[in-house]
Amino acid sequence: MVNSRFIQSLEPTVNKDTRSGFGEGLLEVGKQNDNAVALCADLTGSLKMNAFANAFPERFFQVGIAEANMMGVAAGMTIGGKIPFTGTFANFSTGRVYDQIRQSIAYSEKNVKICASHAGLTLGEDGATHQILEDVGMMTMLPNMTVICPADFEQTKQATLAISKMHGPVYLRFGRPKVPVFMRPDALFEIGKVQPLMEGNDVTIVATGHLVWEALKAAQALNTRGICAEVLNVHTIKPLDVETIINSLKRTGCVVTAEEHQRNGGLGALVAQAAAMHHPVPIEHVAVNDSFGESGTPAQLMDKYGLNSEAIQAKVDAVMRRSNILA
Amino acid sequence: MSTPTLPNIASQIRRDIVRMVHGASSGHPGGSLGCVEVLTLLFFEEMRINPDAFDMDGIGEDLFFLSNGHISPVWYSILARRGYFPVNELATFRKINSRLQGHPATEEGLPGIRIASGSLGQGLSAAIGAAQVKKLNKEDSTVFSLHGDGELQEGQIWEAAMYAAHHKVDNLISFVDCNGQQIDGPTDKVMGLGDLAQKWTAFGWRVHVCDGHDFDALRSAVSKAKEARGSGEPQVVLMKTAMGKGVDFMEGTHEWHGIAPNDDQLASALGQLEETLGDY
Repeated sequence: MVNSRFIQSLEPTVNKDTRSGFGEGLLEVGKQNDNAVALCADLTGSLKMNAFANAFPERFFQVGIAEANMMGVAAGMTIGGKIPFTGTFANFSTGRVYDQIRQSIAYSEKNVKICASHAGLTLGEDGATHQILEDVGMMTMLPNMTVICPADFEQTKQATLAISKMHGPVYLRFGRPKVPVFMRPDALFEIGKVQPLMEGNDVTIVATGHLVWEALKAAQALNTRGICAEVLNVHTIKPLDVETIINSLKRTGCVVTAEEHQRNGGLGALVAQAAAMHHPVPIEHVAVNDSFGESGTPAQLMDKYGLNSEAIQAKVDAVMRRSNILA
Repeated sequence: MSTPTLPNIASQIRRDIVRMVHGASSGHPGGSLGCVEVLTLLFFEEMRINPDAFDMDGIGEDLFFLSNGHISPVWYSILARRGYFPVNELATFRKINSRLQGHPATEEGLPGIRIASGSLGQGLSAAIGAAQVKKLNKEDSTVFSLHGDGELQEGQIWEAAMYAAHHKVDNLISFVDCNGQQIDGPTDKVMGLGDLAQKWTAFGWRVHVCDGHDFDALRSAVSKAKEARGSGEPQVVLMKTAMGKGVDFMEGTHEWHGIAPNDDQLASALGQLEETLGDY
């Protein structure tokens, strides 16, 4: 059962990159709120921040290749009421500047929006130096931090607008490749609320980011085999909507998590923790298993590291076998 | 009651510092004692501030950022004596459930503090951001920051220095506490800083040099730095100071960077510092 309140089409005809959703969203934020400012560390084109920079040059700050300073300047800009959006690759938005984020932003409760593109393996040919797969773990561990990983272009645009209207530090994670646009532009987007995209009773698939579309594809394939999967889009990884996830697990009795991130410290680990506490069920993870990435096309990499629809289906089979044995 | 003079205030601040660090059996007296004059001048004479109604955004106020957060004792004493919070609260320094954390923090809501510091090298970036917002908001306020000289070994300081000059942040006056000491010894031995005046000049800043314990010299440096508004150049004041200033056995040595005096040492220190405003 597809939830048409959220899903525009399961046969999308348009592919767009989530970073372009950020760029469009940021421009809209700039129009809506005079206090919105943006900083970029020499990746304005890659982050799709040109539209904002051209429309509001007095509110756009080129920082150069100096990410630590960018985080600190952004923190300082909140004093006096600005809402800074920082832009660089996910790798340089997190690991490179963890202490700056920790002290100057998270601990200091600054209203900075850390906007991170090119997350995960789908960055592609640049290889492992740039393919961060640990960022969600680092950011979810920080007190005060909200962590959002939208599923497609439309949702990234929505998320960019939504975080401008909440007070507090946010990590917004998105990516480089063009991927199917399947979410409705008017879908209800609430920070911290899971979106049930498909209803089912046999297995729950909990996915975030680029893996949400793969989860939907997997659910359709599973349906032809008589398996009815529930697909949950966890666009907000922190705070995690434990209630909605656990309610689903109570109906299905097993869960597969899917994310473009390390298994350790990612969405899957958080779901496993919640399940262990509230409703233990068999769980399988679609995630990178304690390794770095490498060069290749996004599709090749997602295939090699087991982060696609086929991998999700295989994990569904595995978890349902375990579930049936347990039952 | 007549208004206390800056030297009188400074003497009481020094008493507070050694008593706080003694009371907590930990903390950083050396750098704190060396920065008493500059903070006294800023908070009791120079800065346009509103201690009675602290507000995080500080619209219309001058702002101060302490980047070398370990010298929190001097800042806490200054803030309390200036009326940001009750002077008696200084007795809670570094103790459980206190708003006076070992290093300054916003989480406990202590009035006067706008960002956490302690992990070094981050305060200049924050001060620059706040100064740019003053300009965006069309304010003529000034933003001040204070840094240790050892702290200049952090790379982020020089990222920030480059940025401030590039973006013409000329409403910012940064002080460097040039005491030549850091935890492991003299800066020259630990990691030589070279010619700091040349370094800041090369990064596009206007450099002022003064005696950091002389109110007139500090006042003059601030005045010249403020005159530079409109030049596009950020301003730095290299203050020659002595770590541990005012307590003879602490003065001029890194040994008192981060340790507390015992009871006898406290008595000796207090004997050298006149109680001018009443101890907490």
